[in-house]
Amino acid sequence: MKSGSNLEKVLASGNPAVTAELGPPMSASPEEVIHKAKLLKGFCDAANITDCQTAVVRISSIAAAKIALDQGLEPVMQMTCRDRNRIAMQADLLGAAALGLKNCLCIAGDHQSFSAAGRLKGHPGAKNVYDVDSIQLAGILKKMRDEGLQEGGDKIEEAPRFFIGSAWTPGGDPMDYRPYRLKKKVDAGSDFIQTQGIYDVEIFRRQMKKAVELGVTERTAVLGGIIVPRSAMMLKYMDNAVAGVSVPKELIERMAKAKEAAGDDKKKARELQEAEGIKITVELIKQVLDIPGVKGVHIQAIEWESAIEGIVKEAGLYPRPGV
Amino acid sequence: MIVGSQKPLDEIWEMAKGFKKVLVFGCNTCVAICHAGGDKEAQTLASLLRTRAVQEGLDMTVDSMAVQRHCEPEYFEPVMDKVRKYDMVLSTACGVGVNFLSGRIGNVHVYPGINTSFYGAVEAPGVFTELCAGCGDCILHMTGGICPVARCSKTLMNGPCGGTDKGKCEIGKEVDCAWYLIVERMKALGTLEQLAEVRPPRNWSPGTAGGPRRLTIEHLMDMEESEE
Repeated sequence: MKSGSNLEKVLASGNPAVTAELGPPMSASPEEVIHKAKLLKGFCDAANITDCQTAVVRISSIAAAKIALDQGLEPVMQMTCRDRNRIAMQADLLGAAALGLKNCLCIAGDHQSFSAAGRLKGHPGAKNVYDVDSIQLAGILKKMRDEGLQEGGDKIEEAPRFFIGSAWTPGGDPMDYRPYRLKKKVDAGSDFIQTQGIYDVEIFRRQMKKAVELGVTERTAVLGGIIVPRSAMMLKYMDNAVAGVSVPKELIERMAKAKEAAGDDKKKARELQEAEGIKITVELIKQVLDIPGVKGVHIQAIEWESAIEGIVKEAGLYPRPGV
Repeated sequence: MIVGSQKPLDEIWEMAKGFKKVLVFGCNTCVAICHAGGDKEAQTLASLLRTRAVQEGLDMTVDSMAVQRHCEPEYFEPVMDKVRKYDMVLSTACGVGVNFLSGRIGNVHVYPGINTSFYGAVEAPGVFTELCAGCGDCILHMTGGICPVARCSKTLMNGPCGGTDKGKCEIGKEVDCAWYLIVERMKALGTLEQLAEVRPPRNWSPGTAGGPRRLTIEHLMDMEESEE
C-alpha cells in the first residue's frame, strides 16, 4: 500500500470506488462540515474536500478534511496551485499527513477572477501563485512519499504517504490532446484520476479508449465524474458555461419535461426535476462504470449532499465494501 | 516593446495640482508607439492640465518636452538642466523612465503619467498584446514559440488546464488559451511529441522571484573605462 487509505484499499480490492464531494462553508463553524460528513459517511469510500472552490474563501481543505475524518468520513484533501508556492504546499502536506490525511487531489484551481460571481464580491484583485502546476504538484507528492525528499532535495525524516490524485477534463479543448495530458498526470505520479462531470458518455468513451491504448488505465484508477443535475436550468448552464462539459440535448429535454409536468407548482417542479436528476445520475453511473478502464465514480451533488445516499443505493453501489 | 496607457486625468490632476511649475516629459520610443507617452501625447496632456488649472483658478505653468529614450542617459542628459527647473516632472515614459529619472534628477518630484503594463506587440492597429513576461529563462523553443509564462493565466508548464473553452481562457472569451495555441502549433509543426515529457518545477529565480535584476556585460564596461 502506498498510503493505506480506504480509497486505495477499495480500488486494490477490485471493487468500483465511489467518491463524493463536500464543500466547506464560508464560516468558522465546523457544524456544516460535520453535518455534510454525516450525510456522506457510509455512502462513499472517500469524499473530496474542496480547496476554496471558485476561488471563494472557505474553511481550508485541510482543516475541513480533519473535521470530516473525525466524523469517520475519509477525506480527499484538495490542493490548488493557485494559493500556495511549493514551500507552503509542502509544509501543508507534512501537516496534513501529521493530522492523518491520506488522499490528496492536485489541481490548478479556478482563477481568482471566478470569485466575484453572483452576490459575492470575492477577491478578483488577489495575486495568484502558480509556482508549480498541478502535474508538478503530483510529482512533488510522489517524490516526498517515494523518495523521502522535498522538491528541493532535502531529506524528510518521516515522509508523508499520500494516495495521489489528479483531475482530468476528457471533454476539454483541445480534445485530441487530453488523453496525452492524462498520461502526463499519471507519469508524474497520479494514483487516481477524477474526471470533470460527464454527461456526454460517448465523448468520454472515446477518450477512455485512447487512454487505454496509451496504457494509462493500467497505472492509475480513473473515476468518472458525475455532477448530479438538479434542474433543467443547471444542465443548460453546465452545457453553456462550464469548460469541457457538454450536455446532450436529450438530457436537457428530459429535465425540461419534468419541470413542465408540474405546471405552475414551483415546489412540485423542483421535486420532479430532482427526481429526474437522480434518475439521470444513476443511468450515467451505470454507463460510465461499463466503460473499459473505469475503476469507479466521483459523484458530486453540489450543495445537495443528502442526495448521495439514494443515488448510491439506486446504482447498486451500497453497501460500500469494508476493506 | 513596453506597452502602457495614460492614467485617468483625474488621477494625474491629483498629483499635479499642488505644484507651480510642471513639466510633462515624454518618451518617443515604446510608449509613443502605443500612443501613451510620446511627444504628441505629452503636449496634449500638458494642454489638458493647463485648461484644468485655469478652470480651478490655479496659478500653474505646465510645459511639455520629449526625448527619444528615457532609459539611456545620453538622451536626457543634454536637457537635464532645463528639466531641473521644474517643481514636478510628470513623466509619460514607462516605469523604467520614471525610476531612472528619479535617480538622476536630484530633489525634483518625478511622477508617473502612465500605467506601464507589459511587453507586447502591435497585433492590429490599436491592439497591443502581451507576449513576453521577461522571466529570465526562455523556454519558447519548447512551446512552439508561444509563451505560457506570459500568456497562460496560470503560468502552467505542462499543458492546458480544464478551463479551456473553444480555444479561449477561462478568465474571458477575448483571451486566447496559450496552451491551446501551443498544442495546435506544435501539432502543425510536427513537434507535439516534445510536450510528452513532464516538465519539472521551474527555477523562477532568474525572474522577479529572484529579486531586482541587473545585467553586466564586461567587455562593454571595459570599453567604457578605456574611453575614459
